[in-house]
Amino acid sequence: MLDTFTPYLKPVRAYIGSVSFPFYWLTNIPARIGEWGEEHLVTRDQLIEENQALREELLIHKRKLQGMAAVVTENVRLRELMNSAELIEDRVLIAELIGVSPDPLLHKVVINKGGRDGVYLGQPLLDAEGLMGQVTEVNTFTSQVLLITDSTHALPVEINRNGVRSIAEGVGDLYRLQLRHVSNTVDVQVGDLLVSSGLGQRFPRGYPVAEVKEVIHDPGKPFATVHAVPKAQLNRSRHVLLVFSKREVLPSLSPDLLPSTPQNKPGPSDPPSSDPRSSNHGSSNRQPIESASPQAQRGTMPIDDFTDITDGEAEI
Amino acid sequence: MDTAKSPNRWLVFSTFTIALLLTVYPLPLEIAWLRPQFIPLVFIYWAMTFPHVMGIGAAWLLGFLTDLITHSILGQHALAMVVVAYICALGYQRIRTYEPWQQALWVFVIVGIYQLFVNWVHNLTGHSAVPSDFLLPAFASALLWPVAYTLLERLRLYYRHR
Repeated sequence: MLDTFTPYLKPVRAYIGSVSFPFYWLTNIPARIGEWGEEHLVTRDQLIEENQALREELLIHKRKLQGMAAVVTENVRLRELMNSAELIEDRVLIAELIGVSPDPLLHKVVINKGGRDGVYLGQPLLDAEGLMGQVTEVNTFTSQVLLITDSTHALPVEINRNGVRSIAEGVGDLYRLQLRHVSNTVDVQVGDLLVSSGLGQRFPRGYPVAEVKEVIHDPGKPFATVHAVPKAQLNRSRHVLLVFSKREVLPSLSPDLLPSTPQNKPGPSDPPSSDPRSSNHGSSNRQPIESASPQAQRGTMPIDDFTDITDGEAEI
Repeated sequence: MDTAKSPNRWLVFSTFTIALLLTVYPLPLEIAWLRPQFIPLVFIYWAMTFPHVMGIGAAWLLGFLTDLITHSILGQHALAMVVVAYICALGYQRIRTYEPWQQALWVFVIVGIYQLFVNWVHNLTGHSAVPSDFLLPAFASALLWPVAYTLLERLRLYYRHR
């Protein structure tokens, strides 16, 4: 418990956590052999065919990029006109997934890049399709990533079509995210793309996160239920990208310094007697929306549970 | 049961290493709940065979190692293992005389308790699971017990004199 609710054991963990590396290295061997086989045990024809397909794909992407150059310069000009901050260009590091959490409840993966490679706490992880998660523990050779579908994770997103902001939280299901507090009148449609909004300052802006799969308007509930499917291939991707934002994570935003608060998942069945949380509302505006440690994330939501909000108002 | 009072250290060490490896071996999420809990399984065997060596301290150390390797909360598995060790220490005399399939029932109960403690800590940190899910590993462990018992027994007798 000392481990989750206080930051004191973090450095200890970072050092002795490296013990786990040989185990993940060993259990990764079958996968590596499989990959080696896929690369080496193919016929010449297959290789030529693949090569050709890749060339064609590259050509298509290059053509798209040509269009992009003009769009990017236009975007920069427009932003200059608006006096807003320039686009942050991100540097990426390719990592390989070497292990998954053996516990089905925890959606965590282990990647083969660690403190040695400059990985830092809270760093976002992507795959080719979309956002995967963020780094929650850095060891020397490996680091551990909390996926966005973990039931203690939530991240701010916006709908790509109209810019409506929301918070996508994991529900412990690898194929499902849920949007929090979407009122019934908000314009959400099935098929909408959700991109990271960058509001929590943890994830960079504009990466695809999920696609809305179903929207349920239940007149008996204060909010619409919106389910989305993550874009990233959370259970399939082996090669992933670590993003180095130019803006490093501020020390005050690192998860281990966030205040500890009750962490139980707030739900409609929660009794409305949540005094510690409602008293926390005053300070919650300063906190980042997403954070790695579960207990911090629950307590520091800008918009907390519906019952909590009414509680806070009642106090005023 | 043979009369050798001390176990072959290398054998114990390597069985636990293999158990740890099997614990972190990646499985698809669909069948991840059916993974037997190898660490308590192997521990129960050794605690039954050499109760004076495999005590609560050894259990705690093993659980702590499991915590480190599975990147879970420090002390989560250690706590569960200590409980397992306590129950084993209470009942090993009776359990040794049972048939493997009867022992399997016992293993189901012990690993079930182990899972209960692990998931209790999970629940405190916001990961909740339904009992029908988190008892599946206990069920799988009980199914594996006769096989594991026979294998470990053979290994132990084979390496007894080295």
